[in-house]
Amino acid sequence: MLPTDRIRSASLERSLLGRDASIFEGGRAGPVCFPVSTEEVQGCVDAARRHNRAVVPRGAGTGLAGGAVPLEEPLVVVTTKMNRLLSVDADRRMAWVQPGMINLDLSRATAPYGLHFAPDPSSQQVCSLGGNVGTNAGGPHCLAHGVTSAHVLAVEVVLTSGEAVVLGESDGWAPGLDLRGAYVGSEGMMGITTAIAVRLTPDPPAVQTLLLAFDSVDSAAQTVSAVIADGIVPAAIEMMDNNIIRAVEEFVGAGFPTDAAAVVIVEVDGLPGGVAAEADRVAELALGLGGSVRRAADDNERALLWKGRKSAFGAIARIKPNYYLHDTVVPRTRLAEVMKQVYEIVEEHELQVMNVFHAGDGNLHPMLLFDRREPGIMPRVHAAGAAIIEASLAVGGVLSGEHGIGMEKRDFMPLMFSEADLDAQARLRRAFDPEEMANPGKVLPTGASCADVNALDKVPEGVWG
Amino acid sequence: MPNGETGAALESFAAEVGSDGPVAVVGGRTHWEVGGPCPDDTRLVRAPSGVRSFDPADMTIRVGAGTLVEELDAVLAEAGQRANLPIVPEATVGGVLVVGRDDVHALGRGRLRDVLLEAVYVAEDGRLVKVGGPTVKNVSGFDLCRLLVGSLGTLGLVGEVILRTWPRPAVQQWLSGPCDPAVLRRELYWPSSILWDGQTSWVHLEGHESDVESEAELARSLGCNPTDGPPSLPAHRVPTAALEAGRLFDSYLVQFGTGSAYVHEPFPLPEPDPAVVALHRRLKAEFDPRGRLNPGRDPLAAL
Repeated sequence: MLPTDRIRSASLERSLLGRDASIFEGGRAGPVCFPVSTEEVQGCVDAARRHNRAVVPRGAGTGLAGGAVPLEEPLVVVTTKMNRLLSVDADRRMAWVQPGMINLDLSRATAPYGLHFAPDPSSQQVCSLGGNVGTNAGGPHCLAHGVTSAHVLAVEVVLTSGEAVVLGESDGWAPGLDLRGAYVGSEGMMGITTAIAVRLTPDPPAVQTLLLAFDSVDSAAQTVSAVIADGIVPAAIEMMDNNIIRAVEEFVGAGFPTDAAAVVIVEVDGLPGGVAAEADRVAELALGLGGSVRRAADDNERALLWKGRKSAFGAIARIKPNYYLHDTVVPRTRLAEVMKQVYEIVEEHELQVMNVFHAGDGNLHPMLLFDRREPGIMPRVHAAGAAIIEASLAVGGVLSGEHGIGMEKRDFMPLMFSEADLDAQARLRRAFDPEEMANPGKVLPTGASCADVNALDKVPEGVWG
Repeated sequence: MPNGETGAALESFAAEVGSDGPVAVVGGRTHWEVGGPCPDDTRLVRAPSGVRSFDPADMTIRVGAGTLVEELDAVLAEAGQRANLPIVPEATVGGVLVVGRDDVHALGRGRLRDVLLEAVYVAEDGRLVKVGGPTVKNVSGFDLCRLLVGSLGTLGLVGEVILRTWPRPAVQQWLSGPCDPAVLRRELYWPSSILWDGQTSWVHLEGHESDVESEAELARSLGCNPTDGPPSLPAHRVPTAALEAGRLFDSYLVQFGTGSAYVHEPFPLPEPDPAVVALHRRLKAEFDPRGRLNPGRDPLAAL
């Protein structure tokens, strides 16, 4: 199996790996393995089977829904040492990578070919591609190009039977059911990813980034809807409210107007003619709804705007010690209305909220700020979170846009799915993992869980988003 | 089904499917033979049809699976939108989804497998099951929508779907000529289609007028000239991996970016990986243990 220096069983390490970047504490790992090859992953699965333990795959541990929190001391398979770029085929615009490779490292490695990996979660400097596959990760630039599933051509998976199998085809199609598509987003419950064939996207020849500022959240949200309704699908549309604008300005000085109720960053990319026309039209729509428009003059200014957006989560640490980031999606036409409800819910529970989110796809990320030392605060945080979920579902929204269900929203699943719907999901999982040995206790509601929902400690910068 | 979303049409579709006996959904019969013959004693049902809801500003549309793709396209066109489905005359939305063939423009517009946001199907026990969600982005639970696309209705009978829509391009143009498709793919930024028959390439450009002009100029410099459109695709689909493995076909048309080529004669494929076959068997056993849904069809033979 593995050399002993890549199997850890010391109590401290097992307890460190007992959590991910979510609010869940109290998970506890069994033996922790660091395989370097598919064969070693197969060895890990065989060992887990022999010792009658569950097996939990883990990448960088940046998940926000508790998907990688080990329950009942399973064998944990950490893929961080499987971090190589296996091959790049620039003509076919694809690459094979190992699951532990960091998301941003892939785009850096393919930059000389003028290609990049489109999904760019805010944690892209630290999150692993295997984790991106597990959660079907998104990011600001998934608006036009789609989430991870659209960028995964094939995956090599070690099933809980110990067999390694390739799902999908690196060329784009294998006859049969789309097992690849069923596997992406399965949150470690259908096997362990050991290699990924990713689709690479050509770098756009032209890019324009606009900063739109508004004196009400409502006009900002209406502008987002107006842009989409006008038949424009920009590369990204991100919104930030006044609370987060002020925090970011103090933190990095990105040049956001601190008196604006909300700003919207719109990025259009592609060939120069379409980019110019769409940027003009976006500006026109924003002005028509009472906004002001600033266009990034060069790459430096553009980088600064994105730095502001991506520093949001570092900035808020200066305001309250703890925060809980939510993730729901609503139809894009209902954005303004649900934003208003979010503010009302937060006020009712006497909490602070900051909003910085992927407005273009209606993907809300209300961030509740609190100090867990304050007595009685946690029930309020959770009540507000539940109310936000319910408000999103009430307008035809969904539980999660990109973080996944994990443990966080497992018990909310019946709000969105009937018993028959959930039974179908359980059947899919059993077809891949008949003994329910991979990452048990996640996604599908069952009995009580062992981990405690608790306040968040400090997580590495760049993880949230 | 929460939120009282189940329409009467879906309820009566479920009742018609029932919970016993072999049953198949018939659409436009445009790809009826794909995946194997349907036994004669199979009861045939039709899925509900018609547009249920469409708010152009959301860029999603909810339709009965029995709706004709041409009808869907006409409704979307009025709002300046389209869906990434192949527009096959007489074919139904549910039919093209479960057959799983990409539209000819999939290279630039996106794959068929990514178009489906939510589906309601009748399970083998007669219950209605919803998978996916109505928004353009959703990771709530496992991604069963992907599994339905290309399933030939062997896991559930699709009654209603929500699809993602996109703006229709302002300008579009086909060009063709004796140029290397790999060079076209490398030199052009975002062609919406590249087809190749071994000698001639066809390339489709779309978007803003000045961009299409400049890209067409580039394509001309590589040996392509404007044309009305590509030849129609031959009847049988084959993975391009099979072409690369050295199989000989008299004539074929490769569709870049989809892993597919089309040939005139059916052919035997190399045996799939036994582990892949086993996963197919287990999925069928979980979703349709009695084998009553679209009997005779095999997605692994869906060529």
